[in-house]
Amino acid sequence: MSEKEKIIRLTGLVKQFPVGDGHFTALNGINLTIERGEFLGLVGPSGSGKTTLLNIIGSLDTPTEGEAIVLEHSVSSLTAKESAALRNKSIGFIFQSYNLLPVHTVYENVEFPLLLQKRSAGERYKAVMNALEWVGLTDKAASRPAQLSGGESQRVAIARAMVKRPDVVLADEPSANLDAKNSHTILQTMRQLNEELNTTFVFATHDEKVMQYLRRIVYLEDGKVEKDEIIQDSTFKIQN
Amino acid sequence: MLLFKTAIKNILGAGRRTWLNVAVLSFTFVLMTAFNGLIDGWVNDAIVDTRDWETGAGQFWHENYDRYDVFTLQDAHGVPPDAFAPYLADKSLTPILVIQAVAYESGNMQNIQLKGIDPSQQLLEIPSRYLHADDDALNAVIGARMARTLNADEGDRLLIRWRDKNGAFDAREIVIASIFNSSIATVDEGQVWIALDKLREMTGMQDEATYLVRSADCPLEQDVNGWHYKDSDFLLEDLYLMAQHSRVESLIIFTILLAIALLAVFDTQTLSIFRRQKEIGTYISLGMTPKQVTRLFTLEGTTYSLLGILVGILWGTPLLYWYGQTGITLPESYTEIGLGMRETMRPIYDPGTILTSIAIIIFMSMLISWLPTRKIAKSNVVEALKGRIT
Repeated sequence: MSEKEKIIRLTGLVKQFPVGDGHFTALNGINLTIERGEFLGLVGPSGSGKTTLLNIIGSLDTPTEGEAIVLEHSVSSLTAKESAALRNKSIGFIFQSYNLLPVHTVYENVEFPLLLQKRSAGERYKAVMNALEWVGLTDKAASRPAQLSGGESQRVAIARAMVKRPDVVLADEPSANLDAKNSHTILQTMRQLNEELNTTFVFATHDEKVMQYLRRIVYLEDGKVEKDEIIQDSTFKIQN
Repeated sequence: MLLFKTAIKNILGAGRRTWLNVAVLSFTFVLMTAFNGLIDGWVNDAIVDTRDWETGAGQFWHENYDRYDVFTLQDAHGVPPDAFAPYLADKSLTPILVIQAVAYESGNMQNIQLKGIDPSQQLLEIPSRYLHADDDALNAVIGARMARTLNADEGDRLLIRWRDKNGAFDAREIVIASIFNSSIATVDEGQVWIALDKLREMTGMQDEATYLVRSADCPLEQDVNGWHYKDSDFLLEDLYLMAQHSRVESLIIFTILLAIALLAVFDTQTLSIFRRQKEIGTYISLGMTPKQVTRLFTLEGTTYSLLGILVGILWGTPLLYWYGQTGITLPESYTEIGLGMRETMRPIYDPGTILTSIAIIIFMSMLISWLPTRKIAKSNVVEALKGRIT
């Protein structure tokens, strides 16, 4: 693992939120390095700082103290434009409630990040259909989010996160709204993409179903890393 | 272009909320176009009628004449200088002599202005041809308002009394040869028109006039030997002021209507910020800057007005065309006001006015859409994703 590129480096990360006259410390001195191609989970109870950490890695938030280097960019020193460019080009997001754009079709939802990248129509079509093929939803391209099941919606969200071939995909409780079967389907899809495209996946979760797919689990408790565990024999095996 | 396409998609996807805003904005646009058209139509009619009936293309006034001061009439007459002679001969100038007089009808006394006009003139619409008389009768034409005041009909005889140039009173009977209808009250109310040569003879003011009405064919456009030239702008000044006043009223109505329409857009936009917080967060997570999202939401609000105008053009064009053709027939009491209103007012649609209305609607809707969306640029993305923008 040591020869792999370290794409995320978190050093002495502290994040505090103002609460009344004082503040709440969500992250309290996090040191963590994530390498390219990892399939990693930030695991812990509610309030342990998983989502906050994910948001800082995704450049949606900045640390109060410490440094977060994501793909050679210091998150704290990015302008709004640079931060948006980083997210658009290199980071994909998957949310618990899918966050699909409601009035857009499946195709348009997946296409949106590419439109922001000003890619040509031909390039966009190829990439979108490819992404929909990864998640098995080419037949739903013209459907709207309201016409999809929870599992299908999350697969669209995965396609949207993956369509631009990002370096990192950040997934915040991706299976929280799904039943067991759909959870396994989307996790298998993500794991497959991780192995085929070498995309780094970082999850924030406390779902057992997700944990069995992870190859590295970082346990958080009260904003601190309690345990950092490499899973040698992940139960999931890619089906050929 | 991406923002515009997304904005269109978002507002069309919003369904009834969008169409309500579009309907209100299109109604405002069409109503204002109709209202402004009516004012433009009225002003145009009034200008044309005032020129045709009263002012011509300009007037030369005797140096003592002041149309707002009847006391000047006694001294406001003289023989026009020789410089006017060729134009008086070819009738591109027509002389009018005005004196104060009194009319008696059924024992009532009425102060009038006795106006002498050439019976063969064709410069003004006054039906002066009726002033020709084969016998010694003194024919007169009066307007419908004056006829009502004097309780006179065609063929009636009235006694008038006047003072000649020496101040001596004289009196004579006139015959109402014709009663005309004019939207211009100032050629009607308190006016009795008789033949110029007769009036000159009655007053001893041979070859004299109070003012000369100029046709567009007359090249003279400056003061001549103490006769002051008054151009159309001066003569129509009151009308322009009245039109300006009407435009202010129109602007107030427009502002009220637009405010109601924009209130709907503002309401939608404010609700959008709260209802679509996750969407805002999603746009940002996908790589848009908060400023781009602000622009997107502002564009959505502005697009309501664009759609409103488009829809307004679609249903308003045939309606406004029909309205332009048929006009509005006013009750008689309106034409009596004397504002140059014809019996039927036909709107005129000025492209400049329509474009100004469009620009105002678009600019105001852009502004009103931008106000609530400013919050997006300052909001915390993480809070937006959680739906917690306050």
